[in-house]
Amino acid sequence: MTLLKAWQMPIILGMVLLLALFLPQMQLNLYVQMVLMYVGINIILTASLNLVNGYLGEFSVGHAAFMAIGAYASSILTVLILPRRWGPAEALRVVPLIGPELANGVYLVPAVLVGGAIAAVAGLVLAFPSFKTRGDYLAIVTLAFNMIVKSLLENSGDIGGLVARLIAPLSASLSADVLRLSDAVGGPRGLLGMSKLTSLFWVCLWVIVSLFAMRNFIFSNFGRGVVSIREDETAAGLVSVNTCQVKVLTFVISSFFAGVAGGLFAHVLQFINPRSFTILKSTDILVMVYLGGIGSLMGSILGAAVFTILLEVLREVIPLVGLSEVWRWVVGPLLLVTLMIFRPRGIMGLREFKGFLPKEEEVKPQAAPAPP
Amino acid sequence: MPQPVTTLVQQTLNALQVGSVYALIALGYTMVYGILTMINFAHGDIFMVSTYLGFFAAAWLLGLALNMPPLVIFLSTLLFAMVGTATLAVIIERVAYKPLRQAPRLSAVITALGVGIFLENFTLAVIGPEPRTIPPLFPLVNLNLSGVFVSTIQIVIIGVSVIVMIILDTIVRRTMTGMAMRAISFDKTIVPLMGVPVDRIISATFALGSAIAAVGGILYGMAYQLDPYMGIRIGWWAFISAVVGGIGNIRGAFVGGFILGFVEIFTPVFLPSSTYRDFVAFSLLLLLLVFRPTGILGRPIVQKV
Repeated sequence: MTLLKAWQMPIILGMVLLLALFLPQMQLNLYVQMVLMYVGINIILTASLNLVNGYLGEFSVGHAAFMAIGAYASSILTVLILPRRWGPAEALRVVPLIGPELANGVYLVPAVLVGGAIAAVAGLVLAFPSFKTRGDYLAIVTLAFNMIVKSLLENSGDIGGLVARLIAPLSASLSADVLRLSDAVGGPRGLLGMSKLTSLFWVCLWVIVSLFAMRNFIFSNFGRGVVSIREDETAAGLVSVNTCQVKVLTFVISSFFAGVAGGLFAHVLQFINPRSFTILKSTDILVMVYLGGIGSLMGSILGAAVFTILLEVLREVIPLVGLSEVWRWVVGPLLLVTLMIFRPRGIMGLREFKGFLPKEEEVKPQAAPAPP
Repeated sequence: MPQPVTTLVQQTLNALQVGSVYALIALGYTMVYGILTMINFAHGDIFMVSTYLGFFAAAWLLGLALNMPPLVIFLSTLLFAMVGTATLAVIIERVAYKPLRQAPRLSAVITALGVGIFLENFTLAVIGPEPRTIPPLFPLVNLNLSGVFVSTIQIVIIGVSVIVMIILDTIVRRTMTGMAMRAISFDKTIVPLMGVPVDRIISATFALGSAIAAVGGILYGMAYQLDPYMGIRIGWWAFISAVVGGIGNIRGAFVGGFILGFVEIFTPVFLPSSTYRDFVAFSLLLLLLVFRPTGILGRPIVQKV
């Protein structure tokens, strides 16, 4: 019995993965598959923002910028760089022994990892100036960062041209590469030509890996530092938590997973443009975090799932009442505001699902103090 | 005058015009932040609603064809929009923000975001996406001052903003309500014990800030087009203005508004296109925050342990 209990989570997760692998083969409606994939991507986004906004207690509002960096970096890898070395992604699918799912992974896994890594570097660069002070400072810095990233992507043609002209005397081939890159990024048009590498299986796998990594981070020794900063930064510093290091590292990890989600997103939609990563996207992620509840991984899962599915359900329901599509965005925010008023801490709010807690964290019913 | 000089003067005038609108909206952000330390993200959309209120009031008054003098029409449109917007803001504050005053501080910010998205899309759903302009409420004349074109609307926008700023500064510095506002922003726990009606003062702050945004809205609506999503961009820019000037500081919001106005107008002058203006404005903001985190006129907050 105890053995079953100890393996409860791995068994459930394994079943979820198997289901994700076989559902598409059982002719599951493509639209439903799509929505499920978005739910998964949103879970990664929400949980990663929850690290900063929920566990660390800071207020970051530009999460879509890191998502954009991950999406663009991974797409550049799969569109421009990898096919030149390994051939087109589709060619791998016919290789015997590895099914089409795993063949996709040959491209998807490195692309997503690189996307995450580049987003993490951007997070590191941004984190150093922004954690000088506390409070709404980070909110403004991340907001500005989101706008800057979007603006740079929109003007990528001009910027690429300028860089190419500057380095042309040094290396003509590099200059041509820069031009090709800025042409592919495509400014306001966006980047296209990715093949559909993300499937339900890969999204599920990444969700599980990300949540597992974040959960281990939060319950590690380091993670206790994170939570202690939320409760009282001064006191945390006094008990020798290296507050600056903890804040920067948490922010970097959060950016990494946002980049991962961006990479997956780009390969579901097969088309990204700067307008997908505006401050409105960041707002969506924030809403999911606070809807699900801060400081809770289960809350992130619920928040992302409820928000994504609710908007899709409203898409179906609202035309039935005889109203136009716009009312979806009237009813949605209204529900959010109502929820915040009656449950200011969101659905889970600082509570955690028992299955996610490590064994040491479980509250034992008869915790009698041991005699000294 | 030689060509470069007229261009410079012309663009400065345009920058002052845009900057005045930003400044008027930034005042609302900064006042609410000063008193509640809450970023009221719905403020840009409250500004948008005010322009629509002004549009309908002006269209109705002109449709009556009573041959009222233009000044009367202008002032009554302004008054209607100010009262309507202030009422809306107080209702939002009472319904959506007040229950969250004891909740985690960021819950209220999320609620504000939700209210903002609601206002945008509700306006879109009810009024529709067509761009509109407030009909001219006074004769629009372009004066040619030796090569520099000055429109009456520019003079009105800049003049009215300066007057509003002076009135607000007087209210905050010289009246009992203003004193109570400053007291609450100084210390929220002790001040209620001195008999200051905190809830009423907070509502007054919201009403005042939104009424000023409505003034900006009417002036903006006569010079530019209205659409339901316009509050997003203008709201963010006004918010940056407030931060650049030092959030919580009323004079700072005014200074910040004009700085952002200059950024908006002078970016296309020096860079290939106006699509860079977000980039320039936000890079400026980042640089400023690195060297002066409290903004131009803000005072550093001393954290007591």
